Amino acid sequence: MLKILSPSHVFGLLKKSGKVIQIIILPLIFISLVFALIISPQDYIQGDSVRIMYVHVPSAWIALGCFSLIGLLSVSNFLFKLKNSFLIYKSLAPIGLVFSFVAIATGAIWGKPTWGTWWAWDARLTSMLILTLFYLLFISSYKFIRNQEVSSRVCAGISVLGLINVFLIKYSVEWWSTLHQPASIKLNGTTTIHPSMLLPLYLMLLVFFLYCALIFLMKYRTEIIRMKKKGIKRL
Amino acid sequence: MLNKKVKNRIVVFFGLAFLFIIVTVSSILALKDNILYFLSPTEVRESSNIVFNKKMRIGGMVKKGSIYNDRNEIKFIITDLKNEIMVSYKGTVPNLFSEGKGVIAEGSLKDKKFFVAKRILAKHDENYMPPDLKNVIKDVK
Repeated sequence: MLKILSPSHVFGLLKKSGKVIQIIILPLIFISLVFALIISPQDYIQGDSVRIMYVHVPSAWIALGCFSLIGLLSVSNFLFKLKNSFLIYKSLAPIGLVFSFVAIATGAIWGKPTWGTWWAWDARLTSMLILTLFYLLFISSYKFIRNQEVSSRVCAGISVLGLINVFLIKYSVEWWSTLHQPASIKLNGTTTIHPSMLLPLYLMLLVFFLYCALIFLMKYRTEIIRMKKKGIKRL
Repeated sequence: MLNKKVKNRIVVFFGLAFLFIIVTVSSILALKDNILYFLSPTEVRESSNIVFNKKMRIGGMVKKGSIYNDRNEIKFIITDLKNEIMVSYKGTVPNLFSEGKGVIAEGSLKDKKFFVAKRILAKHDENYMPPDLKNVIKDVK
């Protein structure tokens, strides 16, 4: 089964799926922006500043999801030496880094009018900053460590620590008193966002996800081409 | 797939992961008081090692009908529905500061019931809804 997923096999598919996403993403961006900026109502206490949520929440989720993915990939790479998984996490990590920056920046912009401060050293915000640092560590450890063997070990170590931190981010708002409010969308239990605001949020999440997928497919292709150029036999 | 080398790596990996988790948990337990961004009035009341006149944060809900505006001072009561602390503050408050909403005050305790704030932050909850719906809910109540 893993043979099918090997870079030479998926190479042609990458371009095709990228094209499909390119076609559907523009109208989808348009529809979700109309929903997020015009159709969705103001919040009963925050007013229009609630619309920052439609960028903040998807980018935070992508930052967390991306790290979980590259963490699991690099751990399985360390354990089972899956030859090409480092190409995947190399292509995913910059995306996660950018979106963790976006989440922090939009959070600061949102925090100023609602809380009255750009930044607070509470558990949620601090652990999110630590996640960004883990991304930087992870990226620099595969960029600057030339030896493939050593770098995959270092990456696995960093990702274990990072995965613990991802877990802390998730539960930070429940375990400690923070300035950041608890989660509104829960897997089990009621969601405390009104449906008229939930729809644009999910639409924006889809847009962000597709955008990341597009960037990932492009980057993954580039990485495969780079490998082939090096003439490494494993492909 | 599971030859001896892989098994060795799995053992090493889970050993390391376990170690990391232990280290994280113990450092969190050691930093327990510092991770709390603010104390609730009940925690202030029950805590025995509170330093007065030192910078700290308390948080809770603004008690309904407790906001008292003077010419250059605002006074209100922070409550967690069990205990209360009186807060005095000079300056402007955030837009979301209002009765019955979450608030965090940064400043110092004069005694266990009186707090002088240097900065007020509004803490909002996880509920998001349109304004007209809020009125409907109020009418039903």
